[in-house]
Amino acid sequence: MEFSELIRTGRAEAFLLPGPGQSPVRGTLCITSHHLLLSAGHGSPSDLWLLLRNVDAVEKRAAGNSGTITLKCKDLNVLQLEIEGLEETLDIAGSIEALSSLESVTTSYPFFYRPQSLKLGEAEDLHPPDHFYQQVALETNGWRLSTVNRDFNVCASYPPALVVPRGIGDEVLARSARFRQGGRFPVLCYYHSINGTVMLRSSQPLQGANRRRCAEDEELLKAALALGGGRGLVLDTRSAQAVKQARITGGGTEAKAAYSGWKRLHRPLERGRPLQDSFVRLVEACTDPSLSMDRWLSRLDGCRWLTHVKEALTIACLAAQGMDREGVCILVHGAEGTDVTLLVTSLTQLILDPKCRTLRGFQSLLEREWIQAGHPFQQRCAHSAYAQGRPKHEAPIFLLFLDCVWQLSRQFPLSLEFGEGMLLALFEHAYASPFGTFLCNSEKERYLCEVKTKTHSLWSSLNQSKERKRLCNPIYSPNPLALWPSVEPQSLQLWAGLFLRWTRPPEPAQEAWEQLWKIVTEREVADPL
Amino acid sequence: MGKAWAAVIRTVLGLGRPWDAVENVRLMDRMSSKKPALGTLYLTASHVIFVENVPETRKETWILHSEISSIEKQATTAGGCPLLIRCKNFQVLHLVVPQERDCQDVYISLLRLARPVKYEELFCFSFNPKLDKEEREQGWTLVDLREEYKRMGTPNSYWHLSDVNRDYRVCDSYPTDVYVPRSATAHIIVGSSKFRSRRRFPALCYYCKDTNASICRSSQPLSGFSARCLEDEQMLQAIRRANPGSDFMYVVDTRPKLNAMANRAAGKGYENEDNYANIKFQFIGIENIHVMRSSLQKMLEVCELRSPSMSDFLWGLENSGWLKHIKAILDAGVFIAKAVAEEGTSVLVHCSDGWDRTAQVCSVASLLLDPHYRTLKGFMVLIEKDWISFGHKFHHRYGHLDGDPKEISPVIDQFLECVWQLTEQFPCAFEFNERFLVHIQHHIYSCQFGTFLCNSQKERRELRIQERTHSLWAHLWKNRADYLNPLFRADHSQARGTLRPPTSPCNFTYKFWSGMYNRFEKGMQPRQSVTDYLMAVKEETQQLEEELQVLEERLEKIHKIPLSDTPGNREPGAPQSKCPGLSASTPSVGNPAADSGGQPKSSPSRSPSQGDDDSALILTQENLKSSDPDLSANSDQESGVEDLSCRSPSGGECLPSEDSGKDPDPDEAVFLTA
Repeated sequence: MEFSELIRTGRAEAFLLPGPGQSPVRGTLCITSHHLLLSAGHGSPSDLWLLLRNVDAVEKRAAGNSGTITLKCKDLNVLQLEIEGLEETLDIAGSIEALSSLESVTTSYPFFYRPQSLKLGEAEDLHPPDHFYQQVALETNGWRLSTVNRDFNVCASYPPALVVPRGIGDEVLARSARFRQGGRFPVLCYYHSINGTVMLRSSQPLQGANRRRCAEDEELLKAALALGGGRGLVLDTRSAQAVKQARITGGGTEAKAAYSGWKRLHRPLERGRPLQDSFVRLVEACTDPSLSMDRWLSRLDGCRWLTHVKEALTIACLAAQGMDREGVCILVHGAEGTDVTLLVTSLTQLILDPKCRTLRGFQSLLEREWIQAGHPFQQRCAHSAYAQGRPKHEAPIFLLFLDCVWQLSRQFPLSLEFGEGMLLALFEHAYASPFGTFLCNSEKERYLCEVKTKTHSLWSSLNQSKERKRLCNPIYSPNPLALWPSVEPQSLQLWAGLFLRWTRPPEPAQEAWEQLWKIVTEREVADPL
Repeated sequence: MGKAWAAVIRTVLGLGRPWDAVENVRLMDRMSSKKPALGTLYLTASHVIFVENVPETRKETWILHSEISSIEKQATTAGGCPLLIRCKNFQVLHLVVPQERDCQDVYISLLRLARPVKYEELFCFSFNPKLDKEEREQGWTLVDLREEYKRMGTPNSYWHLSDVNRDYRVCDSYPTDVYVPRSATAHIIVGSSKFRSRRRFPALCYYCKDTNASICRSSQPLSGFSARCLEDEQMLQAIRRANPGSDFMYVVDTRPKLNAMANRAAGKGYENEDNYANIKFQFIGIENIHVMRSSLQKMLEVCELRSPSMSDFLWGLENSGWLKHIKAILDAGVFIAKAVAEEGTSVLVHCSDGWDRTAQVCSVASLLLDPHYRTLKGFMVLIEKDWISFGHKFHHRYGHLDGDPKEISPVIDQFLECVWQLTEQFPCAFEFNERFLVHIQHHIYSCQFGTFLCNSQKERRELRIQERTHSLWAHLWKNRADYLNPLFRADHSQARGTLRPPTSPCNFTYKFWSGMYNRFEKGMQPRQSVTDYLMAVKEETQQLEEELQVLEERLEKIHKIPLSDTPGNREPGAPQSKCPGLSASTPSVGNPAADSGGQPKSSPSRSPSQGDDDSALILTQENLKSSDPDLSANSDQESGVEDLSCRSPSGGECLPSEDSGKDPDPDEAVFLTA
């Protein structure tokens, strides 16, 4: 397939209407394979470079001999273009629609993007796959790195190397995998060095209606419990009712009788379609100019988004409290174990582990608990809040995670090394990016597409020193303690920096951020030591 | 202390049974299931004090009687008798007293103590912060309204200070100093005053030098269905003519139209556009004090919910209508600020009596218009001008003495919240921080200072408040280091000129102020303070720079090399050029503080109120100032060095953002000292 076939008109005269934080541009519009370019002349700073992958929905309207195209972007920005010529308008809209919805991974922009400042293949060294195991091995000898999944044969959504109890052989793992949906057998995801308790994650056991058991799976969890202090808690992210339903279709949860020492708690978290709807409704509410103040709060409540934030943080706190205060081992899973499971395990680590709160540590956490752990980014982030038509697999679980992290950063403004800019960048790149980091749904797919050798890593780009001021928190001071957030409604806020980013003027927040940096930089200048 | 105070209490209350303190009282944590704190409850003549038994900390909770808004004694349980003390600063104390009899005693005593009937019972008359007479008197002169009107640019050829209200002869709730158009004769003013509720005639509230437009305030006209008053019409004409740039003026009635129409039946009402030449009349629907009181009550009920769901909270907050009211007040302020700054049109604002909604709206508009009011000092002046001097009824609205509960309403609380909402939208535009607003709110109710006592200037003079009590402004000014917003920059774009809050859709910019209404629930607040951290950093920077300067001077003496030699030396690595390079960053630290008011009057070194503690700070600022000329000479050189080093690596293309981030500083330094 050639991109040129999809470009019906490559060029037109256009006018970009001004918006908050968007200066107007009049000039020539160009459609290339991956970009929309609107330039007023040579290298004007207000030129618009839009990655077509970022376009979520295209709306066109004709008026006489010209037309208007509204581009609703995945980063929630909305651009309005006035284009000369009716035919041109329709052709350009059609081209954007076609190019922005291409599904092939290997012809996507990251495979063509070659920035001069970066070298291919650097990221491998930034977050080596066995880094986590090395860290655990410093603390305890009880765990080993298994390569049972080196060919992705045991579990298609797991990475090749996994941390499991030392006493458990690969054949046991393979059998346990067959008892778990998608082969996601329980693996170690966090070792709490303060008291040696551990957090594991998996998918649901394939218990089925006749309550099957699996000796190897039980053996695996028993071994993990023995290493982690003897008391365990299965945190099922579905309601007991939902588990009952799941049993009919072959799923289920850990039966108490089969797993001695493990208790079970059901803490349902929203996922899938309802979560996507919640996101869509929230964005609608934030951009609705007709909404009056006396209806705003109930509308905000009706979106349920803040409720989901509150619940996610509550469950993460529960897991963290269990480990830190009660000395309990935690196993987290829902059904597939690739969505809210990861939300809970990664938030718990952020609460408990100071190492996750540095710039590099946070990237490691994302790499390990989201990317390598097999969160299906390509499916979940195929569309953002504006796309028309039924969502298929879309769900903003990663965005919900980022929102929870933002809430943490608001309550503990000194304790995270990265700032809001980092979270915004992650949101943007998860939905549309010139980098390969968030491509595909699993390590296996990334391996098959040769993502690591043929695309650039987002991490190498974010770690460049010129990005520091945008991404780093100037007032970071390492905090060795756990961060216990308040989950009272009074303490949680709508993430204005993201949801209202394009509807309010950006200057005040930017100036505040610059002033923050300035104060800290002056201190550094004054004390060269 | 118990014995002595008990005697006082007994005399105040005429209590039959002597008692000092109640032991083994439990203080419950309302929000969590944490273990209650066991301690002793003391009642003194001025405070309720709870002292925890834990020997290491002996944590104390002090509550002034005048801060108590309600006391509720609940049914006795096995654990004891619960007593709920709700305070006007939104603290709620949930105590459990072991003996029912003791609880009843405390309850009865507090009922009486929380409702003083005489001014002399208020704490400000016994509060003694150990200042001598002179210091106390100086404190009262810190905020000078004549000075403030001078700063605005009055008197001038259009406006003058009238003595028509000398001895409060025309209006007893107005100040003696009233600014009116020069062309408004005493006859016109008096005539107009007779046509206005409580004789509150139109008087100048804010004058905008740039456009000549003004904000005037008054009460409603006694127009009924058809009454007219020639002098009142002349008065408005005089105000309009005092702004030659505009051929009309706005008259803004801040009430909902229905309320204003209802007033006509009582012989009051609003201006008829046909009777007044060249006015544009406008209603802005802000609800009355009764609606606001019940709105706050509803919101506080939401704040007190135990572990509410997100829906409980958001629905409750919306049903209270509180944020809607806040937005209405801010919208009115924005409308007026726009008229004055952008259209250059004068505005007359009134509501019914012109002392509640009018005060809110005028002060919000002034704050939006004039950066001076966004400074620490300027904000005190603003409250003194629009609220205290123009007869906002502090005593009635905030229940200082026992009185009609229907008069109580959170009018100034709403103004403070409007300001907070603006500080959230414009983080660099205000010199003061949230703590400043919270402490002002606290002291409006505490009656620890005389500043907010009584309903009018006349009453305050009769009570000789200035001779007998202390000024809050002096107290806040003395502790101003605690109230500074580290992000504030006087030369910042947000601080310059008119603040323009975004207009619709902007509902979402209004947030629940948990730092006010839940401020005693520490667990709900951010656990780390950016403000405190940044202030500490700034202080450290200043210290280091002072040290550096001392060292430099010493070095200079030792080597006997005049500093003027250094500009010739441009090698970045050379030690001589490094020192000026470091000090080049000084102006940006020193100037915001020294320049904060933008006015010579507010410069700390000239403040009459400063205590001994402040002298150190002032000394250092003097140091910084005297060093400015050197710095400006060096900063040119510094920016040159910056430019070179930034351009060298990649042709300048790749680092534009860093360049532009650094450049303005040296430039500003030059500009400020030039």
